[in-house]
Amino acid sequence: MTVTLEPLLDFADVSMRFPDGTTALTGVDLRVARGEFVSVVGPSGCGKSTLLRIASGLEQASGGTSTVSSRRIGYVFQDATLLAWRSVRRNVELLAELHGVPKAERADRATEAIKLVGLEGFEKHLPRQLSGGMRMRTSLARSLTLDPELFLFDEPFGALDEITRERLNDELLKLFVQQGFAGLFITHSVAEAVYLSTKVLVMSGRPGTIVDSFDIPFEMPRDPDIRFTAEFATLVGKISHALREGHR
Amino acid sequence: MKLNWWQPSIVLALVIGFWYAMAYWYDKGKELAFVVPYPHLVLDTALNDAMFRNALLDNLFQTIVVTATGLLIAVLIGMSWAILMSQARWLEHSLYPYAVILQTIPILAIVPLIGTIFGYEFASRVIVTVMIALFPLVSNTLFGLHSVDKAQRELFQLNGAGRLTTLLKLQLPAALPAIFVGLRTAAGLAVIGAIVGDQFFQRGTPGLGVLIQVSNSRLNGAGTFAAIITASLLGVIVFLLFGLLGRLVTGKWSETS
Repeated sequence: MTVTLEPLLDFADVSMRFPDGTTALTGVDLRVARGEFVSVVGPSGCGKSTLLRIASGLEQASGGTSTVSSRRIGYVFQDATLLAWRSVRRNVELLAELHGVPKAERADRATEAIKLVGLEGFEKHLPRQLSGGMRMRTSLARSLTLDPELFLFDEPFGALDEITRERLNDELLKLFVQQGFAGLFITHSVAEAVYLSTKVLVMSGRPGTIVDSFDIPFEMPRDPDIRFTAEFATLVGKISHALREGHR
Repeated sequence: MKLNWWQPSIVLALVIGFWYAMAYWYDKGKELAFVVPYPHLVLDTALNDAMFRNALLDNLFQTIVVTATGLLIAVLIGMSWAILMSQARWLEHSLYPYAVILQTIPILAIVPLIGTIFGYEFASRVIVTVMIALFPLVSNTLFGLHSVDKAQRELFQLNGAGRLTTLLKLQLPAALPAIFVGLRTAAGLAVIGAIVGDQFFQRGTPGLGVLIQVSNSRLNGAGTFAAIITASLLGVIVFLLFGLLGRLVTGKWSETS
């Protein structure tokens, strides 16, 4: 068993109440350490995304303590959020550019990141010339240039077709094994969560809170075929069940 | 929009046909041939009457100078105005009403005032041009700056981008297609402004607006028509030019242009 590492993300009793009076989150405890990939599944509108917004600093929690002990945070949005007027390469360079990384170095980092997501040969393409999957790869590559210790994903593959989504899941796992970051992944697909994660948390809606937690026993790196094993199916079944219970 | 040539050509042929019919009626029926001159006489005056042709070219040049100066100033003021408003909600609330009011002021109503303050020459002609061309630049630039996707804004925020960086690397490029729409409209309006300006402020070296009035007062129907058509063509050319410029700059990446 691995030694318990100091968590990069530590939420204790976090709650979120918006000024209009709606409570989005209540009593959320959540810990993500390096080498962990934690997924949160829950119905739409249960406050999953708010969790990420607090973790990234876009929002301030109204209660509890949220500690993030790294400044190298990657954030992948639901949408690829590419700049339409920039080529793939210039989009991938953007974040390093905003952080003031010198030109030569950000070019090197972009080359590396583009290679990691398999976009070589598309460097000069504009976003409108790419498929949805390739746009998401570009978005991933853009975050990778910052070499994040903590990677936050806000349903990044939700809009993609099943085949593209599975392929990107495989590649994300490969990146996770290679780069060894801490991942916090929001999704509403239970199968995706089980396949990617070391741990899956189940959230209930209104106000959102974590009602169940499942450790995923499959070893890393994972064989894509584990998706077709009985053990995988059983886990997906159990989590889906917990999700329904929590939703009730 | 892709420009289709043959359908407008048919309309043009119909219009010219109607024009000939009107000219014939005024010529034979009312014996007032100078009111609506035959199209070929207009063309003949514009191309072959050396004195008129020179006056036409001189005036055209003056109108272009006023249009270009006015448009340039309108672009600078309009974009600064919009950028300022995009920086804070209270600034937008404070300043936007005046952009609307500026557009609703009947130019004719304040013409005497402009003349008294700025004289009856070039400066006043440019001021009228700026006032007429300004609004589409303000509103389209503001619309463009606001069109930035919320997630993209947050991406910049998460990565420590300040106001200036966000403006230069995100908002302004994102606003370019809308800015060019505004620019195209403003350019067409600037031509109108220059012609209108001519008619009120006639000192110095005015442009086509004065030529139209002078030709008309001398009962030179062919000259009046030639000057009006030249002014209209200038408007069309300027409109097409900025449409083309917009496509060259943003056409590759923009979904809308």
